[in-house]
Amino acid sequence: MQKLADQLERDADEFVIRPRRHYGRTLAAIVVGVLAVSLAGAIVTNPNFDWPTVGNYLFAQVTINGLLVTLYLTVASMLLGIVGGVLMALMSMSKNPVLRIVAWGYITVFRGIPTLVQILFWGFLGAFFPRIAVGIPFTDITFVDVPTSSLISATGAAILALGLNEVAYMAEIIRGGIRSVDQGQREAAAAMGMSPGLIMRKIILPQAMRVVIPPTGNETITVLKTSSLVSVIAGNDLMTNVQQIYSQNYKVIPLLIVASLWYLTVTVILSFFQSRIERRFGQSDAVQNTARKG
Amino acid sequence: MTMVSAQKVRKSFGKNVVLNDISLEVERGEVVCILGPSGSGKSTFLRCINHLERPDGGRIVVDGETIGYRQEGNVLHELPESALTAQRRSIGMVFQRFNLFPHMTALENITCGPLWVQRAKAADVRREAAELLELVGLEEKADAYPGQLSGGQQQRVAIARALALKPKLMLFDEPTSALDPELVGEVLAVMRRLAAEGMTMIVVTHEMGFAREVSNRVIFMDGGEIVEQGPSHEVIDNPSTERARAFFAAVSH
Ligand SMILES: Nc1ncnc2c1ncn2[C@@H]1O[C@H](COP(=O)(O)OP(=O)(O)O)[C@@H](O)[C@H]1O
Ligand SMILES: [Mg+2]
Repeated sequence: MQKLADQLERDADEFVIRPRRHYGRTLAAIVVGVLAVSLAGAIVTNPNFDWPTVGNYLFAQVTINGLLVTLYLTVASMLLGIVGGVLMALMSMSKNPVLRIVAWGYITVFRGIPTLVQILFWGFLGAFFPRIAVGIPFTDITFVDVPTSSLISATGAAILALGLNEVAYMAEIIRGGIRSVDQGQREAAAAMGMSPGLIMRKIILPQAMRVVIPPTGNETITVLKTSSLVSVIAGNDLMTNVQQIYSQNYKVIPLLIVASLWYLTVTVILSFFQSRIERRFGQSDAVQNTARKG
Repeated sequence: MTMVSAQKVRKSFGKNVVLNDISLEVERGEVVCILGPSGSGKSTFLRCINHLERPDGGRIVVDGETIGYRQEGNVLHELPESALTAQRRSIGMVFQRFNLFPHMTALENITCGPLWVQRAKAADVRREAAELLELVGLEEKADAYPGQLSGGQQQRVAIARALALKPKLMLFDEPTSALDPELVGEVLAVMRRLAAEGMTMIVVTHEMGFAREVSNRVIFMDGGEIVEQGPSHEVIDNPSTERARAFFAAVSH
């Protein structure tokens, strides 16, 4: 018996582990790799893509101006979306049924109507309401009365359209975040004599952030790309400017490539930050869960 | 001096009558343990005392103040939120699942009450928080987040957090039920110390040893009613009702 055990132990020192061969994986890599390279080659060498023109317009002033407006639209719409979204989320969870119904109606309408339609609506607001007046309803008393077009520029209309649309999406995300916070947190804070507003600001929302931030990163990327739709109301963004160029020189494909390269670049940058943020929030989550019990 | 006076407190959830005319007096400095089977309404009763749950009937007076209401004759006017939160500050509560704020350090959990709701001076608050951490034996954990603490340590921080508001009354809802057995002792030790210092405490617990040794009086609840109450030894060792006898036989295996 002892001899056999010694023998086994000696053999064990000499074991060599040989990993399984993945022939399927290798084959798939070759096939997909060849396809990808030949597609890239076809694009690069195809004269119709007209790469010199792409190069001419990629950093042209008009392109960069459009890009800046696109970035501005994205940031402004997201800010509007987040602030409005918090408000709408709180309304939708309020004890007051009127606030709840209004929030529900808002979210339903703005999520239900295609973004393109909303952009057109805000762009042509002047056609529906030629003048905007602030006053007391059903009386002759007005405080402000101005033509709509002077109040809302094309870019302003674009921010309203994208931002108000975004409020509806952010409201859902923020509501999910608030829901994700354990009910015991609110109770513990209430038992300490904190007011509901204080509890929301200092206890609930900071914890909801963990759940809210990753999808907000996604939303930012979505808004960036959706903002190209505002070209239908000449919103002065990247897409509008690119379209204006190719409607004059008919170099449609190269200019679409110019736009694509910029959208792609910004998306990649945003994704990089988003994955970092996600990793950070995921980690703090793990720390919290390990010592939960016991 | 009476610290807590509960008078015919009633509470239902839908058709489920959870508290059926509960009346109870607790003297200043007294430690009362509430025992009873799961679902008998113990937590609901504690939560009525600080108005986390609004009773359907009866009233609760803590240190001369009717909780949640302003009394005029025999009409109880519901207090505005600000007055209610002020009342809650003098009643500390400790929960079964600790409910520490996970995004704040142990120290911040303790200081946030005095800083935010009492608007106390930062220097005083920090000094008192350090003393409280020492009281619960966690001086070196001031900067740890709840997620980095064991359950027993979290519960001790939670006790310190409640004490930071200098409450006149402490409510404990099964403070050791979520703990691994070897961590129960450290939490009970802190509670013993509080009791010895004269804190008025109402403790829902299944720890018979603690109830027997520390509490002045034991309440046995079942089906939303106080079935039996009296000095700890009498009620636990010599219950007079069949329901209490069955319960104590079951918990002391
Ligand atoms: N928020 C609530 N909504 C509905 N029913 C509840 C709620 N809280 C407690 N109950 C019910 O009240 C009864 C007593 O609960 P509880 O006070 O937690 O008992 P205990 O703490 O003695 O175990 C249980 O039947 C429980 O289901
Ligand atoms: Mg309970």
